[in-house]
Amino acid sequence: MNIEILTLTEVERVEGEVGDFVVTLRESPRYVDMDKCIACGECARVCPAESALESHGGIAPRKAAYLKYPQAVPLKYQIDPQICLYLREGRCGACEKVCPAGAIRFDDTSRIISLEVGSIILAPGFHPFDPSGIRTWGYGLFPHVIRSVDLEPMLSASGPSGGRLLRPGDGKKVRKIAFLQCVGSRDYNKASHGYCSSVCCMSALKEAMIAREQDPDLEVSIFFLDMRTFGKGFERTYERAREKGIRFYRCRVYSLEPSERNDGITFRYITDQGKQAEESFDLVVLSVGMEAHAGCRSLAERTGVELNGNGFAVTSSFAPTATSRPGIYACGTFSGPKDIPQSVVEGSAAAAAATMALMDVRYSRTRQKDFPLEEDTGIQEPRVGVFICHCGSNIAGVVDVADVADYAAGLPSVVHVERNLFTCSQDSQDAMRRTIREKSLNRVVVAACTPRTHEPLFRETLKASGLNENLFEMANIRNQGAWVHAACPEAATAKARDLVRMATAKAGLLEALPPVSVGVIPQALVIGGGVAGMVSALGLADQGFSVHLVEKSSQLGGNARHLSRTWKNESIPGFVEQCSRRIRDHEHITVHLKSTVIHAEGAVGHFRSTIRKHAGSTTVDHGVAVIATGGEAYKSDVYGYEHSQKVLTALEFDKLHLVGDERVRYGQSFVFIQCVGSREPARPYCSKVCCTHSIQSAIVLKEEDPSRSVYILYRDIRAYGQREELYKRARDLGVVFINYELHEKPNVLIQDDEVSVVVWDHVLHEPLRIPADVVILATAIVSNPDIADLARLYKIPVDADGFVQEAHAKLRPVDFATDGLFLAGLAHYPKPIEESVVQAQAAVARAVTVLSNGRILLDSVKARVNPATCDGCALCLDVCPYHAITLENVPGEEDRKIIAVHTARCKGCGACQATCPKDGVEVGGFTYRQLSAQVDAALNAIA
Amino acid sequence: MLKEKSGAVLVVGGGIAGMQAALDLANGGFFVYLAERSGAIGGSMTHWDKVFPSNECSL
Repeated sequence: MNIEILTLTEVERVEGEVGDFVVTLRESPRYVDMDKCIACGECARVCPAESALESHGGIAPRKAAYLKYPQAVPLKYQIDPQICLYLREGRCGACEKVCPAGAIRFDDTSRIISLEVGSIILAPGFHPFDPSGIRTWGYGLFPHVIRSVDLEPMLSASGPSGGRLLRPGDGKKVRKIAFLQCVGSRDYNKASHGYCSSVCCMSALKEAMIAREQDPDLEVSIFFLDMRTFGKGFERTYERAREKGIRFYRCRVYSLEPSERNDGITFRYITDQGKQAEESFDLVVLSVGMEAHAGCRSLAERTGVELNGNGFAVTSSFAPTATSRPGIYACGTFSGPKDIPQSVVEGSAAAAAATMALMDVRYSRTRQKDFPLEEDTGIQEPRVGVFICHCGSNIAGVVDVADVADYAAGLPSVVHVERNLFTCSQDSQDAMRRTIREKSLNRVVVAACTPRTHEPLFRETLKASGLNENLFEMANIRNQGAWVHAACPEAATAKARDLVRMATAKAGLLEALPPVSVGVIPQALVIGGGVAGMVSALGLADQGFSVHLVEKSSQLGGNARHLSRTWKNESIPGFVEQCSRRIRDHEHITVHLKSTVIHAEGAVGHFRSTIRKHAGSTTVDHGVAVIATGGEAYKSDVYGYEHSQKVLTALEFDKLHLVGDERVRYGQSFVFIQCVGSREPARPYCSKVCCTHSIQSAIVLKEEDPSRSVYILYRDIRAYGQREELYKRARDLGVVFINYELHEKPNVLIQDDEVSVVVWDHVLHEPLRIPADVVILATAIVSNPDIADLARLYKIPVDADGFVQEAHAKLRPVDFATDGLFLAGLAHYPKPIEESVVQAQAAVARAVTVLSNGRILLDSVKARVNPATCDGCALCLDVCPYHAITLENVPGEEDRKIIAVHTARCKGCGACQATCPKDGVEVGGFTYRQLSAQVDAALNAIA
Repeated sequence: MLKEKSGAVLVVGGGIAGMQAALDLANGGFFVYLAERSGAIGGSMTHWDKVFPSNECSL
């Protein structure tokens, strides 16, 4: 209700400043009246104009009148003036004739919109790189060369081949497929994109695995430069792919040619043994990278935002969503290539950053709906109203709706039946509200489409009519009737009768459920005083909420105190100092140093945590908590670490370098060993930051003295995103990169005071012995061991590597499954400082969605105890995934215990009800009585 | 003199990042204008059906 979607709209210009921008936008004509269109699809059905159009999802024919995709929001058709015969040539107009809603508007024109806003967030996205016209890859020349974005729909079960991998053009079954990585990325020559697109390695692995799952005989080869599986869970996927027999070749592939019998594509490559080989494949997939599209550039120009040479918005590591123009923020791929979870994190972070200056006008523009007082229906006899939707011809074209209506009228408790062309349309809803009042309906059944999309709308109508929203039931006679039995109208009608009978049977037993809400204490607890914790605390405090910041050690700053420069060469100590100072001076922040949380209880809105400091302890009430306990450097006696003063961890090296230690100052040969403790069986994950960190150090060493020999021994260089430019710079400066495999790790030889490193040289095919003045170990980042205690206290999940588990890897990357708890920083997974900052800001935005509400409304569908039948067997405690059930003493009965449901935690999943052998617990709205009535109705057709 | 601030925010781009920003803004007490170049929000996400078969945008 507080989001207005403006489609087909682009920014023209931006005037004003932070807090008070005036934005001029242009809305292009849609040629379809959004208020009238009911998305029946008649216009597209009759539209004769079709054109094969390039889109993200590959090339697919589409009509001039079309829906962008089946689940589009808003679900409204549009007419493409480039294809439409009427708009181009003034003939046709077929859609206008068939549209049952009269929604076609050929006279639609573009309009100028002027908006006053406090701040602006830019998220224009990216385009996949277009490889056509570049001979090497043969895309567009040979039909058997496709892009990764073309493969996606080919593998889709809902795609044209039902998920079977058939070759475009000849429809031949694909037996051998090759993926070529870095097409349009890391390539100045052909693509003029020096950066890494960050996502294509994982995307290729995902597609390769899906293709293999669908056809276990499929031969899959991936040709790559570095396998960049640096994200959470990515390395395991890579390992699984190798175990499954997907072949990997570390080489760039050039010159794709059609095979001799023109039956595929042939190219040459270098094998693991360094030999040249030639092979043919049925299908070659180009893993195309991301690039900023033309719209990004024009948007940047119109908004006055600076872009870098790659076409991405310029941002700082310490304010990762702030653009060069104050008050305008960037998120997603606009500021560099990134994957879905990172884009989601940035979306939240931008929301937090964009409202920092606007906290005093919070709620000044939002609206809230008022509903009439609910009627008490508890004592009334059920009076069921059944509304049957035609859904244009969607339902009525197959199902005999008149027959279903007649049938419904004869069902018990039904006092009103009506049919609507579209029950969901605004006028039908207004009429429904009147009918509920006039006919004193106290239960409503709508036989239409899916509750997933439309139930909320109908529930609102019930509320507006003074009925409890739970006195409502839907029968999905469209998807489960008309659509699946489209070929057999009699069966579809019979099924619709069954579904309506079932819904009505349940509806008669529905009861009003009280709305559940909890009060919110406008205070936050942040655990961990590193960068993520400091940024979270400051963000929440700047948004006007009081914060308790708990830090185990005696000072703030965490791991960042040991770092000097970001990969963009910004000073980290300055940032840490600034944060610490602001926290010390902030009126809303209470810092607890040398403190730990020892006890926690409560749920979203009203947690209570006990903090122990020295001998004493304090109790803090808080509405939300941010877990930012960080990580630490892995230490182990490998590569002679404990036997030589010349073998250092990366952080130790940084310190010695900073203080001008003579080992570093006079050193002439430096060897960096990567993946020390990472990507090994004990820690099968990538620590994400070490490649960039070593490259940065190597560059500084070379810049200080170009005559130095600097080697980096690596498994894959994971300088993802625009960090790739550092990798190139290091190579240009003469840093030597030598690849090694897990099974042939380098050897560090220590003799007296002399240290040398032996590594297999893949170019010379012999061992290479490098004398080293200093060996630097790029050690893994491991999780903070304290997390185990916190996990127990707050009941948060921790993964196999000791990192906390977010609610959803892609869509909810900073939330825990438990409401009101959020995460940020290294506690989640190893990451560079700017990603910790942005994740902390995201946690702020997510936490503010809870804190800014005095009360939070929860779903009314909750488990409730029947004290008469519950005997306290506690079986339900184990199955409850939300820890919402506890065993409590019955007041006045010393020996008897029964369960209690914590309503704020309960999600109404019903696991307890299904487990209970005594009917001692049930879920409102889904009781056994209601469900059995539905089942009985399904089994006993009433003639 | 300070001009009056606006309690509304404009989000340009209805992909996954823009949608997340819009939702958090609206749930945090701000009115949001979500401007999208094409005819529907969803962005590039709508093409990756294997990542998100349900294709929800939670609006």
